[in-house]
Amino acid sequence: MRTSSLERTTTYAVLVLAALFALYPIGLILVKAVQPDAIGADVGVDLGNFAEAWDEGQFGSYLRTSVIVTVCVVLGATLLSSLAGYAFGTMQFRGSSVLFYLLLLGLMVPSEAVVIPLYFQLRSVDLLDTYTALVLPQIAQSLAFGTFWMRAYFRSTSREVVEAARLDGAGHLRIFWSILLPMGRPAVTTMMVLFFMWTWNEFLLPLVVIPSGDLLTAPLGLALFQGQYTAGTSLLAAGAVMVAFPVVVFYLFAQRHFIRGMVDGATKG
Amino acid sequence: MTRRRGSRAPGEPRLVAYAYVAPALLVFGLFLLAPLAYAVQLSFFEWDGLGLGTWVGLDNYVAVLTDPELRAPFLHALVLVVFFSLVPVTLGLVLAALMTRSRVRGAGFFRTVIFLPQVVALTVVAVVWRQIYAPTGPLNDALRLVGLDGFARGWLGDADWVLVAIGLVGTWVGTGLCTVLFLAGLAKVGRELYEAARLDGAGFWTELRSISLPAVRGELAVALTLTMVAALRTFDLVYVMTAGGPGNASRVPSYEVYDRAIQEGDVGTGITVALVLTALILLATWLVNRIAGDGEPA
Repeated sequence: MRTSSLERTTTYAVLVLAALFALYPIGLILVKAVQPDAIGADVGVDLGNFAEAWDEGQFGSYLRTSVIVTVCVVLGATLLSSLAGYAFGTMQFRGSSVLFYLLLLGLMVPSEAVVIPLYFQLRSVDLLDTYTALVLPQIAQSLAFGTFWMRAYFRSTSREVVEAARLDGAGHLRIFWSILLPMGRPAVTTMMVLFFMWTWNEFLLPLVVIPSGDLLTAPLGLALFQGQYTAGTSLLAAGAVMVAFPVVVFYLFAQRHFIRGMVDGATKG
Repeated sequence: MTRRRGSRAPGEPRLVAYAYVAPALLVFGLFLLAPLAYAVQLSFFEWDGLGLGTWVGLDNYVAVLTDPELRAPFLHALVLVVFFSLVPVTLGLVLAALMTRSRVRGAGFFRTVIFLPQVVALTVVAVVWRQIYAPTGPLNDALRLVGLDGFARGWLGDADWVLVAIGLVGTWVGTGLCTVLFLAGLAKVGRELYEAARLDGAGFWTELRSISLPAVRGELAVALTLTMVAALRTFDLVYVMTAGGPGNASRVPSYEVYDRAIQEGDVGTGITVALVLTALILLATWLVNRIAGDGEPA
């Protein structure tokens, strides 16, 4: 399609402005993170802030907690969503639609309405400040989307493949695990990418269920760090970079999965 | 042909389905449904989180609807809806229309970059923007540079500007998501339609109104829903950037929930705010889909 050169110029100008608006804050924090705080010494690149934030700011420990929690939530939620999605997508059983809509409730209810009562329930069974408190509620929150997403995938799978496998003597578990799930790798990958981002970035749940501060995840650690060290913006910037880094790098590699997941997930919903 | 149990094709009625659904339902029931039910129960009590609660019936709900101090956060949330939802949707529509109308070199690059803020943890976003808004930060430097010294201020410490300042961060986060959603919607419109419109002499705005907008009705509903829910639920940004201040100027519903229920030991009221917020979110979602999404969504 042809457009006038004036319009083309305007289009690029608008896009470049939008890109600069999106990139400026990210660039700013990157620059701050590699500059020493002392005035007059801001020449060159210094990676010392990262080492200092890692040790003194305890970001090493925050990141380790985040990695453990994220791995557990992503794997757990993926497994449970796939199992449930398989049943909802390929089998007929009494009460299936009621149970499915019950799960979908999880898409609508904001975590604010769940996290506060959860705090008191976990407190009464002595589970505050544990990995259990960080992992299981987040699996529960991911299940609504996951089951919905995997049901859509399993519904779209071909009956012939299943028939053929059945003739070869494969049971339902085998059909699920060795045939349909591997064939659904793109759908599963996209879902895992979203679970990863949501879990890594989660803030309210860890804030509430880790009152002692012993098992802080990276975003929480950053917030705490900001409250304590108001003077050293370079250390704070280095910490911020370390918290954002895994998801951003992952995004740049897997951006198709991120974007497709957001768009498909949203429009199917 | 003999049929053995367990080797029937998926699609036939079978009890084994419950075994596949059970683990998910168990976790979901214990860690989502049970707390939700407990929330409803707690909303009828006055409770400090420690001793015994007192049954107060609907008093908490009446308080949320009538107490100005409890109503203010909801009004603040409405301001955020403008910046988190309406502005990004508009910007996203214009950007997507521009990128669809002319062949843009590097469209993939722009798409990737504009979407990027969406994946950064909001805590990080809050930390970065706090620095931008600082009294001696880059925003004020820029204002002084162009001679607008009078406008320079501590943006997050100014009760009149704090919501706008937080709102602009929401615009920064949400625009990419809206753009990408609309790009996906516009990709389905036939080229011929645009060609025909162009022959009829349609300009950018006519094209946007008469072709693009109707074509993305479904995506519009989705974009409005997602961004409005995000606006109503804002927590991380407020907690890290202002903690509700200055004064109470930037208290939003979810901050109110956290502060009352966990910090101040006013559990009943806090949880009632959370439930009213839930009802508002459901209402907003329903309304948007009613108004914008009459056409088949994508």
